[in-house]
Amino acid sequence: MSAANSTRVNDFTIKIATVNGTGSASANTLLMKSIFRSGIPVMGKNYFPSNIQGLPTWYEIRITRDGHVARSGQVDIMVAMNAETYARDAKEVAPGGYLLYDSTWPRPALLKREDITVIGVPLARLCNENFNGVRTRILMKNICYAGVLAALLDLDVARIRELLAETYAKKPQLVDSNMKAIQLGYDYARASFSCPLPLRVEPMSGTAGHIMIDGNTAAALGCVFAGATVAAWYPITPSTSLMDAFKMFGDRMRVDRDSGRRNFAFIQAEDELAAIGMVIGAMWNGARAFTATSGPGVSLMNEFLGLAYYAEVPAVIFDIQRVGPSTGMPTRTQQGDLMECAYASHGDTRHVCLYPANPEECFYMAVQAFDLAERLQTPVLVLSDLDIGMNDWMCRDLKWDDSYRPDRGKVLGKEEILKLEKFYRFIDKDGDGITARTLPGVHPKAAYFARGSGHTQYGAYTEDAADYQLVLDRLLKKWATAKKLVPRAVIDATAGAPVGLVSLGSCDGAVREAIEVLKSRGVGVDYMRVRSFPFSDDVERFLAAHELLFVVEQNRDAQFRALLTLETAVDKSRLRSLLHYNGLPISSSFIVEGVLAELRPRQRLQPQGALRG
Amino acid sequence: MTFIAKPKVAHPSLPKNALGFTRRDYEGALSTLCAGCGHDSITAAIVEASWGLALEPQNVVKLSGIGCSSKTTAYFVSGGHGFNSVHGRMPSIAMGANAANRSLHYIGVSGDGDTLSIGLGQFCHAIRRNLNMLYIIENNGVYGLTKGQFSASADVGSRAKKGETNFQPPIDPVLLAMTLGASFVARSFSGDKQQLVPLIQAGLKHQGFALIDVLSPCVTFNDHEGSTKSYAYTREHYEPAVHADFVPLEREITADYKEGETLPLIMHDGSRIVLRKLDAAYDPTNRTLAAVQIQERMKAGEYLTGLLFVDLEPAKGAFHVVNQTPDAPLNSIPFEVLSPGSQGLEKALARYR
Ligand SMILES: Cc1ncc(C[n+]2csc(CCOP(=O)(O)OP(=O)(O)O)c2C)c(N)n1
Ligand code: SF4
Ligand SMILES: [Mg+2]
Repeated sequence: MSAANSTRVNDFTIKIATVNGTGSASANTLLMKSIFRSGIPVMGKNYFPSNIQGLPTWYEIRITRDGHVARSGQVDIMVAMNAETYARDAKEVAPGGYLLYDSTWPRPALLKREDITVIGVPLARLCNENFNGVRTRILMKNICYAGVLAALLDLDVARIRELLAETYAKKPQLVDSNMKAIQLGYDYARASFSCPLPLRVEPMSGTAGHIMIDGNTAAALGCVFAGATVAAWYPITPSTSLMDAFKMFGDRMRVDRDSGRRNFAFIQAEDELAAIGMVIGAMWNGARAFTATSGPGVSLMNEFLGLAYYAEVPAVIFDIQRVGPSTGMPTRTQQGDLMECAYASHGDTRHVCLYPANPEECFYMAVQAFDLAERLQTPVLVLSDLDIGMNDWMCRDLKWDDSYRPDRGKVLGKEEILKLEKFYRFIDKDGDGITARTLPGVHPKAAYFARGSGHTQYGAYTEDAADYQLVLDRLLKKWATAKKLVPRAVIDATAGAPVGLVSLGSCDGAVREAIEVLKSRGVGVDYMRVRSFPFSDDVERFLAAHELLFVVEQNRDAQFRALLTLETAVDKSRLRSLLHYNGLPISSSFIVEGVLAELRPRQRLQPQGALRG
Repeated sequence: MTFIAKPKVAHPSLPKNALGFTRRDYEGALSTLCAGCGHDSITAAIVEASWGLALEPQNVVKLSGIGCSSKTTAYFVSGGHGFNSVHGRMPSIAMGANAANRSLHYIGVSGDGDTLSIGLGQFCHAIRRNLNMLYIIENNGVYGLTKGQFSASADVGSRAKKGETNFQPPIDPVLLAMTLGASFVARSFSGDKQQLVPLIQAGLKHQGFALIDVLSPCVTFNDHEGSTKSYAYTREHYEPAVHADFVPLEREITADYKEGETLPLIMHDGSRIVLRKLDAAYDPTNRTLAAVQIQERMKAGEYLTGLLFVDLEPAKGAFHVVNQTPDAPLNSIPFEVLSPGSQGLEKALARYR
């Protein structure tokens, strides 16, 4: 056993190793939520297998009084419930940390580490003595470790009861049995160890005005609020929960009270090709429609995305990125679809992409995606990822502006059509590259023929060189308009440094924490988080203003950096990649180390510290 | 190639329908298909059927994939929107469009290549959803647009123009649709307007997925001796089993039908389809027996044609019934009704606090 730790309040990481399908998810959510309810900022990340039962799974809870949202990269308390992964779990604990295990079965090999404190609790024995039925005993063993942790960390048991009462409002007997398991663990720990540990929680008021929500739920809410009425998809991890959430909210908030009819169509398609086809058909016909998928689905959607681009049909696609290539690791996170989405389909195609950094942004960007798609009459891809989509994040309360009205873009109504002498689908009257469209069923004068084959600005089939090129060039003009409409980058240039960090999406939390750490070590850096493609002008300016730019992203091939070099004037030699792509969410320490590794030798070479911020 | 608009000179003597439109009002752009192509006759039948039903042109939505056949949606009802999508994927476009606005008439035109090879999956699933649309396959046994390769509907033993023989068994869209639970299944021939026009009208009125597989010879690549999809071969082996007469609401059933051999089907708007059995033993309302008979006759080298199967309760299992969509088109529901507002959000977020 190691020497006692110095006290660390509300700033440490717990990792829980279990077997999937044993109900550990409810225990972990319970723990995290009770910390959150105590006013302490918390981060939860689930590393689960692509499997239904029996494989190892981990849950990481970072208690972070400073409100960090990324992994710290260090584990202080390991709850090692899975014999199979025991050895490596024990190894992962940081020196001075703790290891909690089920001591029903002795594990002599454990005692090899001298620099950590090992805490054995006979969880299985306690549950076998107090509960009946194999399944119940397994489930309760997991709830029981939550009770042990409550005692060790000084968590409020009353708060846990309150949460259980909410979860099982309709099954009060479950509240009692769960509480019994909590109490078993709690009492055993209090009786056997000196509680609390130096690592502990203390109630604070750091979570006011915040919620804990995952990005898929938030995006689904965004779709409901944006007025989406057609949802079509083919199930794929990690996007499925977005559709599940949309249906859940729809069934609650979109059913007509009198008739019982649902004000939305929910279609499980036969594959992703059909799903995107349905979205295109519905939006062409004037409904707001979307699909959610992941990399393999986007690969299948390529042909249709090209059609929507060229026939100028709006569409909204959520790509909840997972690890590729191919089937890859379906339950691990990555930003591997940046290139694929930006240029999906053959020929000259480019697509508007949005890069939310957290669930809060998933909500707002979902709404924005529909507005942009309809304004620009083109597909908009929202690139979330598994980390954002499936993990619960603490984020600011979502707000809705009741004065919001959807931007349906240039859609001519009957009155406007009647005033026209003739309607031509692709004539650019406003000079912004966006031409007016009409909907079926409104007026015969406004009928047009949507096609993916070569067409003139009048909408007619063509193989004429000049006619074809006219339309293609106008699409470029529309792309320039898109640049002005997409969300700006978030720029923090307060350091005024010659060094900049450039990143996007779910890297944000880790980057922001890394910047603080670097600052505390005397290295000031500026930061730009890109939020959309095409890149707005501010992206170009930031790149031009910094001598050395670290591009932080979560894929092997530096796809974001490649996009920057393709689509801006930045000098490639000024870009350094920090690439994280092992499937786990990027941590702040990875970025700090990466930046320092590059800067230290430079500073040694340049004693004046030219690159110091 | 450029766009050639058909001159629209309405001759005063041309007959008008209930809306005051002549047949010309249901035409489209000039066809660019080969002279004599079966597909053009089907286009003409669609024009005739739409005129006869007095459809509001703007309420006709024309959808297609890719192929010579799929091009034809540009050649009829120019007052209705058209969507010439990608190869084999028209059914998903139709599904989405129909989900957005259930009140329009959806006419899908496809080819045997478009439907039975690249698009087989989407075709099957549109049937399973009993999507309310008329789906016409212009079936010529070849890929016309890519110059004459065998399609999946080519019969065993059929010979290609270049001499090659097909050995793979065909996929018959009629039998396939029947086993998948299609609620309206018909077969016809582009050369038989008498049969085809009322079938199209009945299909348009049918409240569910209506399939018409129309044998439609390709004069350029599949009309030679040895082909089983040529005009000559089709005429010889074509066997009407059930004739469908479409009788609009306002007209009385006047034809002289023999007792026991006719079956009037009432459509949702009160119009009727009178089925006249030309083959006394054939029962177009019995899915299993009908399928057996179609197969037996096929073995004997005959195509049974006409309205081969119709479900007397088509709306059962129709997409919007299952989805419980309101009668009003989804694209017409006001935003205020769709978006729950700040109070709704407050409520929805309670469980995330
Ligand atoms: C993805 C894709 N693959 C191939 C093609 C080439 N292609 C165009 S039409 C066609 C076959 C059309 O055959 P069918 O549907 O029978 O129509 P027909 O021309 O005979 O009327 C093919 C293979 C394409 N357009 N798209
Ligand atoms: S190639 Fe065949 S199918 Fe195509 S237009 Fe000519 S005749 Fe018709
Ligand atoms: Mg064909």
